[in-house]
Amino acid sequence: MTRSPGLRIGVTVALDTLREALRGRFAWLLVALAAGGFALSAFLGALALTETRETQAALLAALLRLACAAIVAVFVVASIVREAHDKQAEMLLALPAGRGAWLLGRLGGFALLAVLAALPAGLLAAILAPPVQALLWTTGLLCELWIVAAFAAFCALGLGHAAPALCATGGFYLLARSAAVLQWLAQDATQRAPDAGQRYIATAADGVAFLLPRLDAFARTEWLLYGTGTATDVGAVLAQTAIFLALLAAACLVDLHRRRF
Amino acid sequence: MASGRPVPLKVALALAAALAAQVSWHALHPVPPATALNLPPAPSLAVLRLASLGEEAALARLMMLSVAAHDGQAGAALSLRALDYGRVATWLERMLALDPRARAPLAAASEVYAAVPDPARVRTMLAFIEREFAADPARRWPWLAQAALVARHRLHDLPLARRYARELRLRAPDAPPWARQMEAFVLEEMDEREAARAVIGALLGSGEITDPNELRFLARRLDEMNGPARRTEPAAQSPPGL
Repeated sequence: MTRSPGLRIGVTVALDTLREALRGRFAWLLVALAAGGFALSAFLGALALTETRETQAALLAALLRLACAAIVAVFVVASIVREAHDKQAEMLLALPAGRGAWLLGRLGGFALLAVLAALPAGLLAAILAPPVQALLWTTGLLCELWIVAAFAAFCALGLGHAAPALCATGGFYLLARSAAVLQWLAQDATQRAPDAGQRYIATAADGVAFLLPRLDAFARTEWLLYGTGTATDVGAVLAQTAIFLALLAAACLVDLHRRRF
Repeated sequence: MASGRPVPLKVALALAAALAAQVSWHALHPVPPATALNLPPAPSLAVLRLASLGEEAALARLMMLSVAAHDGQAGAALSLRALDYGRVATWLERMLALDPRARAPLAAASEVYAAVPDPARVRTMLAFIEREFAADPARRWPWLAQAALVARHRLHDLPLARRYARELRLRAPDAPPWARQMEAFVLEEMDEREAARAVIGALLGSGEITDPNELRFLARRLDEMNGPARRTEPAAQSPPGL
């Protein structure tokens, strides 16, 4: 079976992206994170008066979630910025495949990277929680990491430098995880003091919440602690991920097409 | 990996000296331990929700560990007496608001903070337990049962103990029969050790408490009541046959 040049080049770019991360000690970093996180949660669990397992699971899940997002974002930004500085992207874009194939290859590689990060986190979660709930949590985490990777790629392509791209990705991540609370706070303030200023703030909070994915609903710790995760929850997470990834891929593509190399 | 060039001795010595200085600095300035006196006021719920980034259950548990660090060794009456119990109750309330299914704040209130030999502080904890029981009687009845015992035997406040026992009977229909019959416990002329043994044994027998740390803690409490000669093994707790 012959594959189109676009697909072939896309697959090659994806595999190269993964290879580059593995050469950059990505696997060692994950092992260190898993070992450190597990040791820390075991230590804190031993200090708890009660709910030992729940304390370990909650703290480990929160730590892994935050650390995996940070690791994936750093690797994505570093990879794209390095490629831009080495003029490697120009060389790849000169191949007969189009900018779309290159972009999808890069995003595919980052998606594989996210799988590598989410898998050990999921295995650790399965030690402390029912396996089905750990699976749901891992799926949520993977979707979150895909969105973080795609957003980091978008920022790195657009800004071209590591520091602003990482700051923008960090800001996006914090906002996406707290947008629902901000919305709730703004609505609460509007109900208590319904003046024009509060209404503007509430509208702005609604705007932010509508634009961003609700990452706080993605890999919920309650699923691990109380077994409350359902297929419906994960279905909503997958649907939100598909929509937001399509949005980010389209935004990256627009940015790539309007750029002159 | 390339082995690289040898490092000049002066540079290696400078590194060793800097490391020694860093370690010495911390050895001379140890981190002051958390004390009962410096438990800060609990932040507002809105601030905590914002800071949790959606991980409210994890933040509630981190807060529990942090508050527990302020009373030193759990059950140490001396440091408990120095704690501001109004603040402790607010912290515990915030934890339950963040994670309403958490058991640790109620367990800490009934088993640790209510053990202080100060009736005013004990009443603060019992009032906290009663308020939180009202919000979710189906899950929180075990701690109101313990609160009834504390009211009866520590505070010697029979009306308060009967009120808790009546609330258990009326508002926790899913609680086991022995819990709904707490009024009998309260009225019986049992001593505190006997009653505590009966309730803790019944809790263990009903499977309500399975956490190893909490089992060890309760076993230690029973040992303290029994005196130094008798030791209770957590796994060997037997229900009192209520």
